[in-house]
Amino acid sequence: MAQPAAVSTPTTAVEVPTISVRQTLPWLAFFGLVALIAMYFVGAEQGATHLISGAGVHEWVHDGRHLLGFPCH
Amino acid sequence: MLSARQLLVYGLIAGFVAGLLAFGVARTVGEPSVNAAIAVEEGAPSTTHSHTSSPAAPHDHGDEDELFSRGTQSTWGLLTATQVFGTALGGLAGLMSALAMGRMGRLRSEVTTAVTVAVGFVAAYAVPFAKYPPNPPAVGDPDTIAERTTTFFGFIALSVVVAVAAVYLATYLSRRHGGFVGVAAGSAAYGVVMLVAARLMPTYHEVPHDFPATTLYDFRFASFATQLTLWAGIAVVLGLLLVRATRTARTSVAPRELQPA
Ligand SMILES: [Zn+2]
Repeated sequence: MAQPAAVSTPTTAVEVPTISVRQTLPWLAFFGLVALIAMYFVGAEQGATHLISGAGVHEWVHDGRHLLGFPCH
Repeated sequence: MLSARQLLVYGLIAGFVAGLLAFGVARTVGEPSVNAAIAVEEGAPSTTHSHTSSPAAPHDHGDEDELFSRGTQSTWGLLTATQVFGTALGGLAGLMSALAMGRMGRLRSEVTTAVTVAVGFVAAYAVPFAKYPPNPPAVGDPDTIAERTTTFFGFIALSVVVAVAAVYLATYLSRRHGGFVGVAAGSAAYGVVMLVAARLMPTYHEVPHDFPATTLYDFRFASFATQLTLWAGIAVVLGLLLVRATRTARTSVAPRELQPA
């Protein structure tokens, strides 16, 4: 929300750059999906659900899954 | 000037670096408790933890038919987990910072980033930690893994959504009543909603009665330390990259006149 051009703006105020929301949201939607999939493979794959059969992924990231705080088994 | 893509790249770099630091903590502080828990599991094959009862998760902690050795799991496996998780988290932190920058009062970009990451740590890890504390091997009933996974991720999702709403509330009130009132009201609103949610959502008590309390504590301490290292590392590296970028942006305007070549 744009602040009204305040007369009381302190002269010492540093210009803080903003990045437009419209520019950021597509990146967030795209990368958010990629990140969630990556986190799913570390935190939950071959636990309660699985996209790949077997236990290879689960066993490989096993210690990380425990120590990062995910329910492992 | 800074772009969303640039913030994403900075976040990925910060996440990768912080992932290495988190690996160091997990390896040195965490692995002893994981190994101790596995020793308990192998010493007393309890009835509450028969891995064979869950066909979706054939799960071995050092049995004879193991896929990877404990040595591999505790080094390359652990490193893979911290790097994949850390880099993904760093990228998200970069993009969330892109949205927050310049929109939290007059806070500088690197301070806004630190606040964003701190809120993320509390909402996505620390508060869920308090409700659903992480468990070492040998703790947890395989029959409830599906339900526990759903409630765990549900609680995190709720916590993050409520935290984002609380940040909006805090910035809105800060403009009218000052930063202290804004932050206090936002924090209080988040706290009340999450306390109610924690009371309403199911709790699981699945630690075997003979499981050593010190091992359980050491493991949970190590898990907290690992995640704290990861998030703090992301905040620091991302902040340093932003400070450097804004400094270059500020100085890159003037020298052009000095060097007409
Ligand atoms: Zn496990």
